Amino acid sequence: MAAFDAGVTLGTGYPGTPSTEILETFEKLGGRAQWSPNEKVALEVGIGVAFAGARALVTMKHVGLNVAADPLFTVAYTRLDGALVVVSADDPGMASSQNEQDNRRYALAAGVPMLEPSDSQEAYEFTLRAIEISERWQVPVLLRMTTRVCHSKTIVRFDRSGAAAISPPHPPHFEHDFPSRVMIPAYARPAHLRLRKTLAEIAVWNDTEGQNELIAGSPSLGIIASGVAFQYVREAAPQASVLKLGMTYPLPVERMRAFATSVDRCIVIEEGDPYLVEGARTAGIAVEGKPESFRFGELNTSRVRRILDGDISPEPKRVPGKPPALCPGCPHRSVYTALKNLNCIVPGDIGCYSLGVLPPFEAMDTLVCMGAAIGVGLGLRHSLPPEEAKRVVSVIGDSTFVHSGMTGLVEMIYNPPESGHVVLILDNGTTAMTGMQEHPGTGRTLAHASTGKVVFEDLARSLGVRNVHVIDPTQYPEKFQELVQSCLDRPEISVVIARRDCLLATRSIREYERCNEQPTN
Amino acid sequence: MSSRPTNVVIAGLGGQGVLKASDILADVAFSDGLDVKKSELHGMSQRGGSVSSDVRFGQRVFSPMVPEGEADYLIVIAPDQIPVNASALGQGGVLIEPSQIDESSLPNMKSMNVALLGVLSRHLRFSVEAWAAALERNLPEKLREATLQAFFIGRDSEQASRKNELSS
Repeated sequence: MAAFDAGVTLGTGYPGTPSTEILETFEKLGGRAQWSPNEKVALEVGIGVAFAGARALVTMKHVGLNVAADPLFTVAYTRLDGALVVVSADDPGMASSQNEQDNRRYALAAGVPMLEPSDSQEAYEFTLRAIEISERWQVPVLLRMTTRVCHSKTIVRFDRSGAAAISPPHPPHFEHDFPSRVMIPAYARPAHLRLRKTLAEIAVWNDTEGQNELIAGSPSLGIIASGVAFQYVREAAPQASVLKLGMTYPLPVERMRAFATSVDRCIVIEEGDPYLVEGARTAGIAVEGKPESFRFGELNTSRVRRILDGDISPEPKRVPGKPPALCPGCPHRSVYTALKNLNCIVPGDIGCYSLGVLPPFEAMDTLVCMGAAIGVGLGLRHSLPPEEAKRVVSVIGDSTFVHSGMTGLVEMIYNPPESGHVVLILDNGTTAMTGMQEHPGTGRTLAHASTGKVVFEDLARSLGVRNVHVIDPTQYPEKFQELVQSCLDRPEISVVIARRDCLLATRSIREYERCNEQPTN
Repeated sequence: MSSRPTNVVIAGLGGQGVLKASDILADVAFSDGLDVKKSELHGMSQRGGSVSSDVRFGQRVFSPMVPEGEADYLIVIAPDQIPVNASALGQGGVLIEPSQIDESSLPNMKSMNVALLGVLSRHLRFSVEAWAAALERNLPEKLREATLQAFFIGRDSEQASRKNELSS
């Protein structure tokens, strides 16, 4: 909504819980949004938008920023003409992720100003502020969200004409400016100096007029908090004085110092890593942090009460819920049945098919990051004894393959293992896990309109893979198993594409195709 | 200090309409002018696994999640999810579950979520009109009739059981 109100020219991103809904909503409101093959490309497109003087919003989940880290660190040195806001949706507690990294570290490491909203209202306001900060200081801004900010709904009041309003975007235009945008060493050295100077200015601004809020309360207990942790603090300790930080890089250290000296006990309540604690202590501010056990998982009101009480007794364990499972009739089911029957060693990847690790299949052996199935599989093939090596099959989904499997495929062609290798692309025609988003392999845009399509079998053949097979694993389970077996038996490289639409997406896919076939006038 | 919010936890399995039910409840409370917050988990939890959503409303709500053991109402759409979520319920809290509804009377099994909201509606002060309006806003038109029917089956069953409690 904020992105729309601010006249964001283009939203880009790659789907990932809990960030996916941002671009989908922006598009429904009438904004222009598109899925990129991965977060790195999404950010690069966003950089181009900002170099053109327009406004860009780039969304991703926390691990997505690892992929986009390369452009992030260097775009920080450049001078933007427009706005570039990067949304990092972190997942403390790992509701749907492979790790719980704290991306506030990226702001510090890359030198990118960061805002942390604590509810939907602030998600709206801070997005507008992030655009203003980005344009005022010509730097990218990180908008760091977490699961409980992304996947909660709280009331948002719009004030489009008042203080919250944002000036309209400038018309896009390109100015040559080599030293500011061409990061060869000669230009990058002064650019780094310029960045640090800008950050120092922003730090002063944050101290005096940044998005920080003081809630006056008892002087006996003072709490410094940011993001959703602020909400838990207000509920757990309504009497306390609270300094709520909106911009957490660069930190408003003088405000923090003044606050800490104004109270008897000053404690920092933050989710994840001790980022604010370390920042305060580096600046010589004496603050109390949370015990190490609260670094893990999400915070909540009860856990904040425990931190304040210094209670480190074992926390009550929640009764485990029913784990997710592959849907009945899911095409991945027949794939894993075959792989189990063939006693394969299966480096896997990220998507619904990750569930192949759970009973009844227990047929996926590794999961590291997007695209790792292929590289890990090749490493296993290179080092295992021949009898084991020939049982290795890399399993990767369609969207994940586009995201970062293609370079793995090139590696397989360039450095083939002696025993050959088999890459199995599970093509269910959608990015199923995150909620049926399109990707370059579906041939439809974020808004489901017809567009260019990457055809996996053509791609694999054009790269030089000679054994390329396409098969429907649900319709022909025996044939599928025989095919995988025959590929494993050959000391050659093969790509098998198991193609059948995700059961949950079939109906929508048919509907999109029908709409796209109709003439538009 | 502001009064404590009302805490509702809705739980079940993926595909049972847990999130939809929490949207409807949040909508009713919002139309009543209250501060409302709602929280849920997606992603991995979608594939038939446990799903729960917290809805809190009152004069001022801070945390979007209901603190452990502080739910006033716990609605569980899948009976086997009751033990998983029981610790959410506070002392004196009310459990609302499918056994309170005559399943055969529902227009379809998918409408259990709305029927249980009907049960809940007896405990909250929002008007029937407000509930009906929220249902209409949150569900497609072709489901409207079946939805309203399910809501009233829930609402009426709760009235019947409460009367029984009083007379016994």
